[in-house]
Amino acid sequence: MPGKLKAKIVAGRHLPVMDRASDLTDAFVEVKFGNTTFKTDVYPKSLNPQWNSEWFKFEVDDEDLQDEPLQITVLDHDTYSANDAIGKVYIDIDPLLSCEAATVISGWLPIYDTIHGIRGEINVVVKVDLFNDLNRFRQSSCGVKFFCTTSIPRCYRAALVHGFVEELVVNEDPEYQWIDRIRTPRASNEARQRLISLMSGELQRKIGLKVLEMGGNAVVGYLQCFDLEGESGLVVRAIGTACTLDKLIPGTESKEPVFSEDPPHPLSVPPTPLRTLPSSSSPPPFSPSKPCSRQSSSSDTDLSLTPKMGMGSGISVGKEAGPLKTLLRQQAQSALEQREFPFFTLTCFPPGFLVHIGGVVSARSVKLLDRIHNPDEPETRDAWWEEIRQEIKSHAKALGCHAVVGYSESTTICEEVCILSASGTAAMLNPRFMREGSVCVYSRFDDASPPSCGFCHIPYDEFNMPFPAQLTYCYHCRRQKVPDVLFTTIDLPAEAAVTGKGCLIQARLCRTKKKAQGEVNATAISNLLPFMEYELHTQLMNKLKLRCMNALFGLRIQISVGENMLLGLASATGVYLSALPAPGGIQITGKTPSDLSYDQHISTMQKRINDTIAMNKELYNIHPLECIEEVVGSPIPDRQRSRLFRSTSESSDELSELDLSHGKKDAFVLEIDDTDAVEDIQSLLTDAPMPAGFYSCNTEVMPGIYNWTSGLQMFTSVRVYRLSNANLTNQGLNKIFTDLCENLLKSLYFKLRSMIPCCLCHLNFTVAVPEEELIQVRRHTPKHTSPILYIFPKNILVRSGENEEQLQFSMELCGESTSSNNQPTAKPSVSSSERCSPLPEVRSRSLRSTRSLPCGAPVTVVKMTPLSFLPRTRIVKYLGIINMFFIRETTSLREEGGVSGFLHSFIAEVFAMVRAHVAALGGNAVVSYSMKECVFMENPNKNQAQCLINVSGDAVIFVRESDQEAIPPLIMSGQPSTTGADGTT
Amino acid sequence: MSVELDVFVGNTTIMDEEVYQFWLDGYTVNDAVKVRMEGGVLEECEASAEVLRSDTMDQYRTFQMCERLLHSPAKLANQLLFQIPPHRQAMLIERYYTFDGLFVREVLGKKLSKGTKKDLDDVSAKTGVTLKSCRRQFDNFKRVFKVVEELKGPLVENIRQHFLLSDKLARDYAAIVFFANNRFETGKKKLHYLTFQDFAFCAGQLISNWTVGALDNMVEDMDVDLEKEFLQDLKELKILITDKDLLDQHKSLVCTALRGKTKAFNEMEANFKNLSRGLVNIAAKLTNTKDVRDFFIDLVEKFIEPCRSDKWTAGDMRLYLTHYTNSAHILDTFK
Repeated sequence: MPGKLKAKIVAGRHLPVMDRASDLTDAFVEVKFGNTTFKTDVYPKSLNPQWNSEWFKFEVDDEDLQDEPLQITVLDHDTYSANDAIGKVYIDIDPLLSCEAATVISGWLPIYDTIHGIRGEINVVVKVDLFNDLNRFRQSSCGVKFFCTTSIPRCYRAALVHGFVEELVVNEDPEYQWIDRIRTPRASNEARQRLISLMSGELQRKIGLKVLEMGGNAVVGYLQCFDLEGESGLVVRAIGTACTLDKLIPGTESKEPVFSEDPPHPLSVPPTPLRTLPSSSSPPPFSPSKPCSRQSSSSDTDLSLTPKMGMGSGISVGKEAGPLKTLLRQQAQSALEQREFPFFTLTCFPPGFLVHIGGVVSARSVKLLDRIHNPDEPETRDAWWEEIRQEIKSHAKALGCHAVVGYSESTTICEEVCILSASGTAAMLNPRFMREGSVCVYSRFDDASPPSCGFCHIPYDEFNMPFPAQLTYCYHCRRQKVPDVLFTTIDLPAEAAVTGKGCLIQARLCRTKKKAQGEVNATAISNLLPFMEYELHTQLMNKLKLRCMNALFGLRIQISVGENMLLGLASATGVYLSALPAPGGIQITGKTPSDLSYDQHISTMQKRINDTIAMNKELYNIHPLECIEEVVGSPIPDRQRSRLFRSTSESSDELSELDLSHGKKDAFVLEIDDTDAVEDIQSLLTDAPMPAGFYSCNTEVMPGIYNWTSGLQMFTSVRVYRLSNANLTNQGLNKIFTDLCENLLKSLYFKLRSMIPCCLCHLNFTVAVPEEELIQVRRHTPKHTSPILYIFPKNILVRSGENEEQLQFSMELCGESTSSNNQPTAKPSVSSSERCSPLPEVRSRSLRSTRSLPCGAPVTVVKMTPLSFLPRTRIVKYLGIINMFFIRETTSLREEGGVSGFLHSFIAEVFAMVRAHVAALGGNAVVSYSMKECVFMENPNKNQAQCLINVSGDAVIFVRESDQEAIPPLIMSGQPSTTGADGTT
Repeated sequence: MSVELDVFVGNTTIMDEEVYQFWLDGYTVNDAVKVRMEGGVLEECEASAEVLRSDTMDQYRTFQMCERLLHSPAKLANQLLFQIPPHRQAMLIERYYTFDGLFVREVLGKKLSKGTKKDLDDVSAKTGVTLKSCRRQFDNFKRVFKVVEELKGPLVENIRQHFLLSDKLARDYAAIVFFANNRFETGKKKLHYLTFQDFAFCAGQLISNWTVGALDNMVEDMDVDLEKEFLQDLKELKILITDKDLLDQHKSLVCTALRGKTKAFNEMEANFKNLSRGLVNIAAKLTNTKDVRDFFIDLVEKFIEPCRSDKWTAGDMRLYLTHYTNSAHILDTFK
C-alpha cells in the first residue's frame, strides 16, 4: 500500500442549466479511483457552485496509481428522478508519481461529456504521497519518466542509452461488446474512454518495468498507438527508447562530461584547395545511378509480404580508416549484440552519437485479423511485430549497420486486413553511449570523420554494396566515400553542413484494387505494395533532383488501405548536403527518336524541367561550391576485395537475394513512352511552387534557416473528400489525390499569409480511406457506396523573422544550442511574463503593456507545438507526459453545423482540454505534441457522427530566453552549427 | 468529388478582421467570398476561389462558436475553449457591439420587445442593413438593457464593466438603454433630421442632470429613470407663464441681456411669450408618461421650429437659453 492519493473539489463555473424551471443547477461531484467513490455535498441552485470539499483520500497500490485515472463526475441532483450526469474529467495521475515532474495538479479543468462536449469547468486539487517501495518483485514502475520527445530532453543529459523497449496490451473493444446493444451511446463511449485510459496506464507501467530491468530511469521517444481492430479487439502498443538521464543542474550545463572529450569542431578541409585538383573538368551530372533496391522476399507465409527498401548508397571505407572502423564496429557490436533489437526511436542525437548512416530500412506485412481470444496473452500481435522487427534488423545488417535509428511502427486497418509497417534508418552508433561507465575510450575515432559530414560516410564496404550506387569521395573532408543520395527517417543532425535551404517533398500515389474478402484481399494488397513503394521512391527521387537536392530527412511513408484502393503518401524534407555530390539533372528520352514532332515535344519538356531546376536553385539558395566530380564507380578492383571486412555473415545472404532488376532502368532518365513516366513528369511539374515568404518542412528544424522568432502557432486541419465516381482509373485517382494535397497546402499558405515570412515545420500528413462500415455510426446498417478520402495534416507554424529589425536581437537557436549554452537559469516563474501571443516578437512586446482586461484571473496561455523545443525559449522543467483520448458523438449533426461544425468544435475542445491539463500541472507549453489518431465516422442520414481523437505530448515549463541574462554572442560562439551554415546565412 | 468536411483549427484562434466584419454585417459565405474576391486577396497570394471559400467557412464557424461567449464578454477572458490574445478579445467584443447609426435610429426609443424584433425585416429593407445584422444589433441592445436594468450605480460605468466596451461605445449604449426605458418617440417625420449622435448627446445630458443618480451618487437607484420629484418640481415653473407680471419681468430681463448681441433680437423679443410658454408647458407636463415619450417631438414643434422659422443660428439659440435660464434665477420667486 505504498501510495495515498488526495483530491479536493474546490468549485465549478459556467455549468450548464440542468433545471429548466429555475434556469439553475443543483450540482454535486463524485470522485472515483479504482473501486472507491467519494461524493461532495449538493450545492443547490447555482451555475458556479463552491463546494470547497474536504480532502478525499484514496489509499492505493502504486500499481493502481499507474494504471487508473482519477475519475471526477459532475452530476445534477434530482430529488425525484435519477441524477443527471453533467460530465466527467479524467485525470492521469502519472505525472505526480515522479519526483522530478509535477508535484500537484491544481486548476480549472473542462468538464467533458461525450455527447455534449465541454460543459463548464471544475477546479480541483490533486496530490499524491508516495511511500518508498523496496519490494524487488514489485509490479509498478513509479518514477520512470516518459517523454514523447524524440531527442534527449533539453534539461537532461543522457548518461546511457539502453535501447529499445516495446509492449502491447489487447482487450475487447467495448463498442463491440454485446452489452453495447442495450446501453446508451454515452455509457458506451465512457466505457471506451476509461478502458483506453486504463490500458495506456498499464502499458506505461509495463514498459517502465522493462526500463527498470535494463537499469534505466526514463523512456524517450515514447510512441503509443491504438489499433481499433473492430470486432477483433482493441490493441494499445507502445515503443520507446530506454535511457538513463541525469538532470542538468542549471548553470553547469556547458559541462557535459560525456561530450567533453569531443574534439574541437574540426572544420577540417577548406574546399578551396580542392579546386586545383586536375580532374576538375570531369563529366557533369548525368551519371546513371541506381539508388534503390527492393526485395520482394519470399516470406514464409503467403500473406505476409515484406518489401524492403534500402535507400542511400554504398561507400568505401578509406584505407586508413578501415581498420579503425572495423574496431569500432566490433566494439559497437558487442555493446549492441546482447540486445534483441538495436532500435532507437530517437530522431535527434547528442553530438557524436551517430557515426554513419546507411539508409532507410522498412518492412511491411499484411495480416488478417481475427478475434483476440485471450486478452491476457496477446501472442499473435506480439509475434507479428517480432517478425517485422527481425526483418528490419536484417535489412540494417545488409546495409552494414548495427543499429536502427528514427524507428517507428504503424498500422493501417481496413476491415479484417491489417498492414503493419515499420521503418527506420540503418546507422552506426558510437558505442560509448551504450556502455556502462561511459568512458570515452573511443572518442578518437571521431577524429576520422568530422561531425559535419561524418554521418554521410557509408557504413558498409564499397565492394560489398547492398545495392548498386555511385560513390564519390566526401565533398567535405575528401577522405571517405559518400553515396550520391541519402534517405533517412531522422532529423537533420545539427552539426551537418548544408547548402541553401530545405523544403518539403511529397510523393503521392493512388492505386485501385478490386474489392475482395479475406485472404484474396490480403494477397492482392501484398502484391500491390512493392509497386507502390517503388513508385513512391521514384517520385521522391525525381522531385529531389528537380529541387537540386541530394538528401531526404524525416522520411515518412504512409500506406493506407481502403476497400477498393490503396493510398501512398511519402513526405520528407529535402536538403542539399554539402558533403554529398551535386545531384544530376533529369533527362528525358523518347523511345522513338525518329519522329520529329515527338522530339520537339521531348525537348520542350526537357527545357521546362531544366528551367524548373534552375528556378529551384535560386529559390532554395543552392549554390554549391564548384567541386570536381570524381566518380568512383561501383566496379571494385579485385585486389582490394580480400582486405575488406565483411560486417556480418547474414549480410551476404541478404545480398544474394537482392533483386536488382530495377537497376537496369536509369532512375533519372525518364522515358516518355512510358505512361508512368508521363505521369511522373506531370506530377513533377504540377507541384505548385510555394508563395514567397513561405518555407515548409516536416522535420523539427528547417535546414538553412536559423533566425526563429518565438511566435509560433500550431494548428490541425482535417479534410474529407467524397469521390464522386468509384470507378476511377489509377491515373485519375492520382491526379485527384495530388490536387487534394496541393490544395490543402495552398489553403494553409493562404490562411497564414499575414504571418510571412514564416515556416511550416513538422508538417505531418495523414491519409485514410475510411471503409464503408466505419462511416456509419454504430449499430446501423451501411448505406454508403462511395469511398471517402480523408486527410489530416497536423502541423505547426513557426514564424521565422527574416527582416533586419528582428535579426538584430534574434539569435540562432537551433539544434543543440539550448542545452549547450551556459547561462544561469532564471527561476521558473510561470506567471511572471509568459503571456505569449502568436504575433512576431516585436509586435507582441508592445502589446504586452496594454493588456489589461478587468475581469478575473486570466487563463494561462499554453503553447502547443509538435517540435521538441520552443524557439528562443528555454525549457526549465518537464512535468510529465500528456496522453489523452477523447470520444465525441452527436445525434444532432445538422444542428451542430454539419460535419465541419462538429469536428471543428471537437478539435477546439480537445485543444482546450490539453491546455487546461497542462496549466493544472503548472506548465505553460506542450512540446512534441501530436494528434496520433483522429477517426471520424458519420451517418448524415441519421444525423449522427462520431469522432475519436488521441493526443500526446510533454508538458513543460519554459522561460523566454530574453528573460535570462542571455548574451547573444555567447550563444553564437557556443554553437557548432553556425560554422557549417555560414555559406547560407 | 466533393469536399465533405474541411476544418482548420489553431491552438491560438486565427481570425481575419475583414471576414469578421463580413460576418457581423450578415453577409452569407457566398457573398463574403464574392466581395473578398473583388477585393483582390486572390492575386495577392495566388489562391483559388475554392481556397477562399474554405477559409471563409472556417472563419464563419469560428465566429459562430465565439458568439455565445460574446454575449457575456466577461466570459471570453476566462473561458478555456479558445485561446485568444487579450487585444484580439477586445477587438472581437468592440466590433460585435458596434452598431449601425442608421439602424439604431430606427429602433431608438422603441420597446425592445418581440414585437419590435418581428418588424426588423422592414427596418432591414429600409436601411439596407441585412436582417441578420439587424437582429444581432437588436439583440445586443436588448441584452445590455436587461443586464443594466437590474443594476445599481452609474449607467455608463455598469455597461463598460459588464460588456468590456470602450468609453464611447458604453456611452452610446447608455443612450440607447435610456431611450428604450423612457420610450422617447424618435420616429416621427419631424425628428428625422436628427441623427443618433444628436439624441445620444441629449441622453447624456438627461442622464447627468435629470436622473436620480445625477443628483446623488449615493442613492441606490440608477440612472435609467428620470427623477420623479424633479419632474414634479418642474410643475412649479408654470408660474412663469401664468403670472403675467412675472412673465413680463422675465422677458425684460432676458431682452436687456440680449439686446445688441444678436441679429435675431427682434424676433426673440416678439416671440418671447410664445417660446417661454412652449418650454414651460413641456416641462410641466413631464409627470405624464405619455408626455415624456413626446418630449422630443414637443420640443421640436413648440420651440425649435418657431426659432428655425425666424432663422436663428445655433449661437442665437445658446445665447437665448443661457439668458433665459439665468434671468429666471434672478426673479424673486426663484430666489
